[in-house]
Amino acid sequence: MKRLLALLPLVLGVILVQILATYTGKQFYLTQITMAAYYSLLIIGLCVLMGYAGQISLGHAGFFAIGGYLSAALTTRNLVVIKSAGWVRLLDACGFLQGGKDSYGGDLLVVTPWASAIFAVLVAALIAVVIGIPVLKLKGHYLAMATLGFGIIIYRLALASPWLGQADGIAGVPPFVVLPGLVVRGDAADRVQNYYIAWGVLLLGLFLLLNLIQSRVGRALRAIHGSEEAADAMGVDIARFKLQSFVLSAIFAAIAGVLLTHFNGGIGPSEAGVMKSVRFVAIVAVGGMAHLWGALIMGVALNFLSLRGVFGSYDDAVFGLILIVIMLFAPNGILNLLASPKKGKVNPAQSETRQEV
Amino acid sequence: MALLEIENLHRRFGGLHAVNNVCFSVQTGQIKAVIGPNGAGKTTLFNLVAGALAPSSGIVRFQGQEIQGKRPCYIAASGLARTYQNIKMFAGMTALENVMVGCHLQGQSGFLSSMLHAPWTWDEERRIRKKSMELLELLEIAEYAQTEATSLAFGQQRAVELARALAMQPALLLLDEPAAGLNIYETAEVARLISKIRAMGITVLLVEHDMSLVMDISDEIVVLCFGEKIAEDVPQAIQQNPDVIRIYLGE
Amino acid sequence: MTAELFVQYLFAGITYGSIYAIVAIGFNIIYNTTGIINFAQGEFVMLGGMIAISLLPLLPLPLAIGVAVAVTMLIGALMEMIFIRWLKNPSVLRMIIITIGISILTREAAIHIWGENIRALPYFVGNEISTISILGARISPQVLWVVGVCGVMVVFLHLFFQATSVGREMRACAANRMAAILCGINPRNMVTLSFVLSAGMGALAGCVMSPITYSQYDMGTGLAIKGFTVAILGGLGNSGGAVAAGLLLGAIEAFSVSVVPLAFKDAISIAILLLILFVRPHGIFGSAEAARLKTF
Repeated sequence: MKRLLALLPLVLGVILVQILATYTGKQFYLTQITMAAYYSLLIIGLCVLMGYAGQISLGHAGFFAIGGYLSAALTTRNLVVIKSAGWVRLLDACGFLQGGKDSYGGDLLVVTPWASAIFAVLVAALIAVVIGIPVLKLKGHYLAMATLGFGIIIYRLALASPWLGQADGIAGVPPFVVLPGLVVRGDAADRVQNYYIAWGVLLLGLFLLLNLIQSRVGRALRAIHGSEEAADAMGVDIARFKLQSFVLSAIFAAIAGVLLTHFNGGIGPSEAGVMKSVRFVAIVAVGGMAHLWGALIMGVALNFLSLRGVFGSYDDAVFGLILIVIMLFAPNGILNLLASPKKGKVNPAQSETRQEV
Repeated sequence: MALLEIENLHRRFGGLHAVNNVCFSVQTGQIKAVIGPNGAGKTTLFNLVAGALAPSSGIVRFQGQEIQGKRPCYIAASGLARTYQNIKMFAGMTALENVMVGCHLQGQSGFLSSMLHAPWTWDEERRIRKKSMELLELLEIAEYAQTEATSLAFGQQRAVELARALAMQPALLLLDEPAAGLNIYETAEVARLISKIRAMGITVLLVEHDMSLVMDISDEIVVLCFGEKIAEDVPQAIQQNPDVIRIYLGE
Repeated sequence: MTAELFVQYLFAGITYGSIYAIVAIGFNIIYNTTGIINFAQGEFVMLGGMIAISLLPLLPLPLAIGVAVAVTMLIGALMEMIFIRWLKNPSVLRMIIITIGISILTREAAIHIWGENIRALPYFVGNEISTISILGARISPQVLWVVGVCGVMVVFLHLFFQATSVGREMRACAANRMAAILCGINPRNMVTLSFVLSAGMGALAGCVMSPITYSQYDMGTGLAIKGFTVAILGGLGNSGGAVAAGLLLGAIEAFSVSVVPLAFKDAISIAILLLILFVRPHGIFGSAEAARLKTF
């Protein structure tokens, strides 16, 4: 209960923003906040991986894209022409398919958003396991390059596969009916509803992760960050904990990808780009690395500004600059500059000695 | 049966034989010390036993099980705890949290139950917290429970590290130079503590430079020189051993 | 595959391979003196080509290249002095993020100066259709320029590190920083010098490759990751290994085009990188223990 209450100020803030936006007739802001909230879901997941487990990933846009692209591809692929095939009938019998009409009035048979979303997230998790087992044995530069390489491969695949729409990406992704009456889609009429869906998902994610870091697992993760060797000698199975946080953050990224794709009605290869991954890392760094609240606030704020086009053609440059300035002057994040460091927080700049790679 | 048996243990670094064909065993309930001049291979020996290094050849048997080459977390789970010569505190965590990590193996909760803050994890947390506090009290550093461990004084950090190792409820405790950097009073305190630990039923294997401490508390002493065991005996006999006197005092 | 085609692919491989080797050696130089992997390494190559192209209307080609290399060296020095020099014991994570930030800023500056257009220097000799015939295959003379210039650079570097006192001081810093300081060497200056050197090499490579491979603001990331692959393949810090590994990767890439679609070419070299990292992170030519020794 106490833990839920901690979220209360944020919940009130979220409601306040909605009321203000509606009252002042600036509801279109809510659309960008909704998108920013989905990106922030990825960012808080990455925060656990980077800030607590101490593992950098320059490839998280890849997991976002796996979630988004798979869900988009499955829910737009028309199976009508092969509807007599055995496996299609089997999927239909399981209730994984839904019919409909395309814009020309032709028959449509596609995978339901729920089935495709679950499938997409599971695939992302599976890929995270397969990639994570070897990758997480690496340290420092090697880990950074390996995850960067993973991200680029996903980007290239998205760009090269006709099935994924190549440079155009996939458009016409149907709305995601989460529950009857609760629909993820970008229509202006559903703005307020989607604003709350996005925040609901994000707050749920935050709540789960806050619980995680305050638990035995969170302690073990911070111990790994503090001294890998000593944590190992305390019986912490380092490889397993690193892998689990990697998979967890990949799942968060994939869920974000799925939801944002349905909200936007499509996805393009730029979502898988290296710059996106770097941007996520930048935001986690600004938030203070091991600071879920910081990651969330910075995630929403910076993504909102970026989506509003405040940075203009200097969008990527701004994030590059943020990265450098934060790492040079405030490696613990700007929130830690303002507030005095509280107890029990990992201090990445101090805890990490220069490791020999 | 001996608690720890080391047979023909060997570790090479390139052409250097850091530990060369070492054999000895530690009986349950003993305090056993490993001494030797700098570079004798004492810390390497500890790292081999605790799994931080894999031996080039040889056997380490702990409670009847062969553990050489296993990962440290498995060896820890089988009941072996260690401290480090240069204290390895978990930076950014309080003294209490450091000790609570020592209780890691007594907990069950994983990612899912932790995220859901499931009711069955509450009990576990309370138990671990209580036990960790008790250990801090035992080592008389309870007042620093909420202080960040790395900001404590050196002697206090040693105590936290010891509490952290004891939290693992080990059968065997490896202490790597527990008195290094401590003054004469603190060293006496360490001696008292080690006896107390033995009274708790924990077997102790220690590396130490402080001869008076070693001679005082250990039941048996192993002497290493250039990676090889040159003597193993009770303290009085070691003090008389001409080989040992030669390596410590020169020809 | 005919013999002519084989030679054709081989030369394509050697061309790209030389460039990768130069980028990898750039990584090595900075890694050896600082322990940092400079993620902005590919940007030096981009800058060299782009600056030379911009100078071409004003200056004759050799002079334009010379000035471009000098300017890039200056930029390399500035990067080090502004962002890296004054950090005390930065963590690896911090250094990674800072050099990534530098690479982004360089790229973004490039896009605002030069736009997104693909540009190229003219061929040094002849033009895009002039060829010379080697073993039945028709090769652009520019290929010889690339291979020749890269070869000369490697030889020059070798001599620099082995035979000059500054080179020896840099090796001393790499081997034991503290001991070097005690001998009166200022390691900071050596670090700056290592940035200058690898910036200059990258820029020159960027100029000679530009007629064949073109220059674009965002070419750096791809080159950096391939250069890193090569550096790892050859054993990080080992420049002899980098040359061999560069030619190997170039050849693999060139021949892979005959098997898989062009769009997957980059994915292949990255897959190789991942594979090498997983299986033999100390490189295919070195041993784990030798990998700890730093040789230029």
